[in-house]
Amino acid sequence: MLNYVLRRVAVAIPTLLLLIVISFALMYAAPGGPFNSERPLPAQVMANIEARYGLDQPYWKQMFDYVWNVVVHFDFGPSFQYRDRTVNDVIAQGFPVTLTYGFWSFIVALVVGVSLGAAAAIRHNSWLDYLAVGISIGAQVLPNFVMAPILVLVFTLWLGWLPGGGWQGGQIEYVILPVIALSTSYMASIARITRSSMLEVLNAGFIRTARAKGLPTSRIILRHALKPTMLPVLSYLGPAFVGMITGSVIIDVFFSTGGIGQFFVNSAFNRDYSVIMGITILVGVLTVLFNLVVDLLYAWIDPKIRY
Amino acid sequence: MTLKTRLLAGAALIAIAGAAHAESHAMMEHPETGEKLAADQTFTYRVLDEFPSIDPNLIEDVEGSAIGRNLFEGLMNQDEKGEVVPGVATGYEVSEDGMTYTFTLRDDAKWSNGEPVTAKDFVYSWQRAADPATASEYQWYMGLMKIANVDEVIAGDKEPSELGVKAVDDHTLEVTLSQPLPYFPQMVTHTTTFPVPQSVIEEHGDAWTQPGNMVSNGAYVLEDRVPQEYITLKKNPEYWDAENVIIEEVKALIINDENQALTRYLAGEFDQTDVPAGQFPRLAEEYPAQAISVPNLCTYYYNLNVSDSGPEALKDPKVREALYLAIDRDVVVDNVVAGGQKPAYTLTHWATAGFEVPAVEAAQMTQQERNAKAQELLAEAGYGKDGEPLSFDLLYNTSESHKQVATAIGQMWKQTLGVEISMANMEWQTFLEERHNKNYEIARAGWCADYNEASSFLDIMDSGSSYNDSGFNNADYDGLLAEAKTAEDPLPLYTQAEEILTQEFPILPIYHYATVFMMDDAIKGYPLENAQDNWYAKDLYRVAAE
Amino acid sequence: MSLNPDPDTADRLLDAHAAAEVKGRSLWQDARTRFMRNRAAVAGLVALIAVCIFAFFGGFLAQYEPDYVDFALIGSNATQGVPSLETGHYFGTDSSGRDLYARTVQGTRISLLVGIVGAAVAVVVGTLYGAIAGYAGGRTDGAMMRTVDILMSVPYMFVLILMLVIFGRSILMLFIGIGLISWLDMSRIARGQTLTIKGKEFVEAAHATGVRPLTIILRHIVPNLLGLVIVYATLLVPQMIITESFISFLGLGIQEPNTSLGALISNGASNMQYGVIWQLAFPLFFFVVTLFAFFFVGDGLRDALDPKDR
Repeated sequence: MLNYVLRRVAVAIPTLLLLIVISFALMYAAPGGPFNSERPLPAQVMANIEARYGLDQPYWKQMFDYVWNVVVHFDFGPSFQYRDRTVNDVIAQGFPVTLTYGFWSFIVALVVGVSLGAAAAIRHNSWLDYLAVGISIGAQVLPNFVMAPILVLVFTLWLGWLPGGGWQGGQIEYVILPVIALSTSYMASIARITRSSMLEVLNAGFIRTARAKGLPTSRIILRHALKPTMLPVLSYLGPAFVGMITGSVIIDVFFSTGGIGQFFVNSAFNRDYSVIMGITILVGVLTVLFNLVVDLLYAWIDPKIRY
Repeated sequence: MTLKTRLLAGAALIAIAGAAHAESHAMMEHPETGEKLAADQTFTYRVLDEFPSIDPNLIEDVEGSAIGRNLFEGLMNQDEKGEVVPGVATGYEVSEDGMTYTFTLRDDAKWSNGEPVTAKDFVYSWQRAADPATASEYQWYMGLMKIANVDEVIAGDKEPSELGVKAVDDHTLEVTLSQPLPYFPQMVTHTTTFPVPQSVIEEHGDAWTQPGNMVSNGAYVLEDRVPQEYITLKKNPEYWDAENVIIEEVKALIINDENQALTRYLAGEFDQTDVPAGQFPRLAEEYPAQAISVPNLCTYYYNLNVSDSGPEALKDPKVREALYLAIDRDVVVDNVVAGGQKPAYTLTHWATAGFEVPAVEAAQMTQQERNAKAQELLAEAGYGKDGEPLSFDLLYNTSESHKQVATAIGQMWKQTLGVEISMANMEWQTFLEERHNKNYEIARAGWCADYNEASSFLDIMDSGSSYNDSGFNNADYDGLLAEAKTAEDPLPLYTQAEEILTQEFPILPIYHYATVFMMDDAIKGYPLENAQDNWYAKDLYRVAAE
Repeated sequence: MSLNPDPDTADRLLDAHAAAEVKGRSLWQDARTRFMRNRAAVAGLVALIAVCIFAFFGGFLAQYEPDYVDFALIGSNATQGVPSLETGHYFGTDSSGRDLYARTVQGTRISLLVGIVGAAVAVVVGTLYGAIAGYAGGRTDGAMMRTVDILMSVPYMFVLILMLVIFGRSILMLFIGIGLISWLDMSRIARGQTLTIKGKEFVEAAHATGVRPLTIILRHIVPNLLGLVIVYATLLVPQMIITESFISFLGLGIQEPNTSLGALISNGASNMQYGVIWQLAFPLFFFVVTLFAFFFVGDGLRDALDPKDR
């Protein structure tokens, strides 16, 4: 197992390098540049700016310098768009915010989703099943850019219970609405996957055997059914986690939380190369890490998987 | 000043809000008007986006400029009508030839660390703004000011120290220009020209704008800043006129979505926000004291590609004129954007100082007459309902209000002229590139005055202008503009230039902007007649509820 | 052990032709019977058919072209653009004074196409990719899954911006773009499940008797993934539609004056506090009905196709 982990980590490094190269290439192929504006700058001014940021260097050199700084100095460079700060500042500022509401959304989605899905499967074709399916579908069909304004309208304007946006260092009342808006559709997906997976498991031979032996249902569910049920759910968690990090785009737009989602979208539209790269690499590292964790969990849950 | 169109977005640009908690002003009266002041003297307002920078030499957007004006003070300020009034300078003298300006600085101006503000601070700032090493996007603004040697400094051919600005003594600043510029004093109200503290910048480098590091000379100092969330300014006790500053705290909240911002404004979270396109009439009815529309020196227009890469049909002036006439600007202004904007038949904004909108023929006709004439012209050109079918691509950058305007105008052309329009929206950077490379047929554009003078608009259609994306090239037009630069009374020349535009139609002006916003009616002192929307928090105050 | 998919569904989801050959007729008749007994699924199917009829033939009832602007209505939507049978604007008008009924018909049609085509691309590519990776295991698996990791960490917005810019903008491009992005999740799930199936006796038996790997994947692995694939595909169609609207939300979606449900909802949502709630309500209604229908049909199929359920 240790061997396997080491091997995976060893693969992760070229993976990330490749990611940098691909994103670099994609960015430079996109039309426009970080300093294009409505009135094109005089050629001399543009040249001065490009010289300052090293954009006048050949492509391979820019990329090499970039990778060197990232790897050796852990320095993602200055932001082209936000002249007052470096990419490290931007990430240090935005990432904890995104991580905070992303983490809570993840927990809420997982706990509520699995409970709802399991309950529905256990009471298959009962009113509970229909209710759970109804709730989860209902939650999934409301796009979060519809839900976010509705939440603000109801809880801020009409009821006046919660602030309609801002972060204020993550005080609880500022976190609630973003978490609801972000977690709902993932919760619904998890519930549906859990339900269908558990239905399948409950029909499997070993559960029937357990039932035949007369074990109590709760014990069957907890001891035998839950673990295999989680397999497809686990597969979904990797994408779901990354989706929540990038899904922060809409959360940041509607709740002004100041997470990396907003920085990311703005940088993409403004061609702020260094911020895009910084956030891309960050998300890339997280993805790789998270998938590794998911794979290890897989191995733990399903002993038939051999490495 | 050029705005990103996302910032322009048809409606309001700026908002202010404020509330101040001022024990010192509690239950006091305003010194001039005698109104009773609120105990809470803070002002909180919404902005669309994070400020790219709050370093005066680097500021490049409208909202950042507002922060710059509150943190720093330049030689001159603007009053509530946009007229130039003393700032750090108490006044200036111009030489006979109009090439040398001598500013006298007040002796009680101080930085927030207690040091005096001297002429050297301005010299340092201006040299820094023009220095290639600073790499400011607003180097071009320094170029626009025509300071002696500025182009050579930007090009790196001369040292920044050779820039035509010098400190005669601590309180006398002398500026040498390369050509007379009648509106020069107007230009030093812009943030790029504000002083910056040399010692602090040398100590902290790029980090000097962080809270705790920043030293400024304006009515406020930087208290706190969380990117993409908020920025807080606090009253500066060292400011020379601090005793007349009433608002104690200014806070800008960054909220990207304008509809969300409006909801939160209505929930009472802050004092000022923009009105989304089309919502002004309803809000004005419901909240008459809070919904405000003021003219803003920007013009919304469509570029027609008349260059070689443009479509054949657009090379025919009759087709261009037909398109120009068939736009029902009243519908656009009253129904689509609906925020007190005015129909534009000519380029220069009607509220521009010293400018009179030329009485062009099309503006006098009714829309029926314009439509009839448009159909006639199109038929003469051999296109339209009975002639060759005509279709154009209409390019605009992604935004709800641009989409609505394009939808309406596209349908006007279709319904009146039978011209098919296919709409193409692109995200901002792609849009700019395509338009600049003249890879379009018809494209939207918006222009905001850099300074309050007609040439700031008319210059964009000069054949050498980098914003002339129509590819318009007319020697008479260029000549008129060159002549106007030195003319005693440039107005007749501007009128002629506008007339050329309404004979050639390289562009189709659509409307003149207005700034449309909601503001708490307890906030007073906002400069509603300043057509550039340059406001100063030091002039604001919050009155007590009655 | 292999499943017995309804040919239509199989056609839509993946090329399981090879698997279908072995099936007896009675098995899929069975499945149909089971499906028809499931009331929710039948209701879903009926709703889906109704939505399709609306999307493809509803245009004949419209009194206006979807791009026709009634200038008199632009500024006074809240009072004059209300839904009404008299004016012929059954669903009212949108904020540009266009007939919302005609636009909803058009939007529903485009959203259905985006959802189905996108999901089909994702499911076919993703299932095969995941099954091959999972079955092959070892280095191949590692390489294939690391490729997915890399692709997943590339921010898809860029890819789309690039594709839309470089290849020009078209609905087809959008379908392909969305499909190409979303097969990644599918491949993960398919692989995860394949790993479990791989250890089962029938696969090992097939392997032991010398059946070629590709045949094992197509005949034994893929059909066993079908239950999961169907459930995931029903999750995917709405996700496709939502993704499309997210792209519209960023301004890179369907080109005006064409529209999609997502674009209509996004517009309606931003105007909902302005007294024109129908701009949100009607598109959202069709959106919700479509998605519910997909979900119920998907669940019904899953139950019907699962032989273990008997």
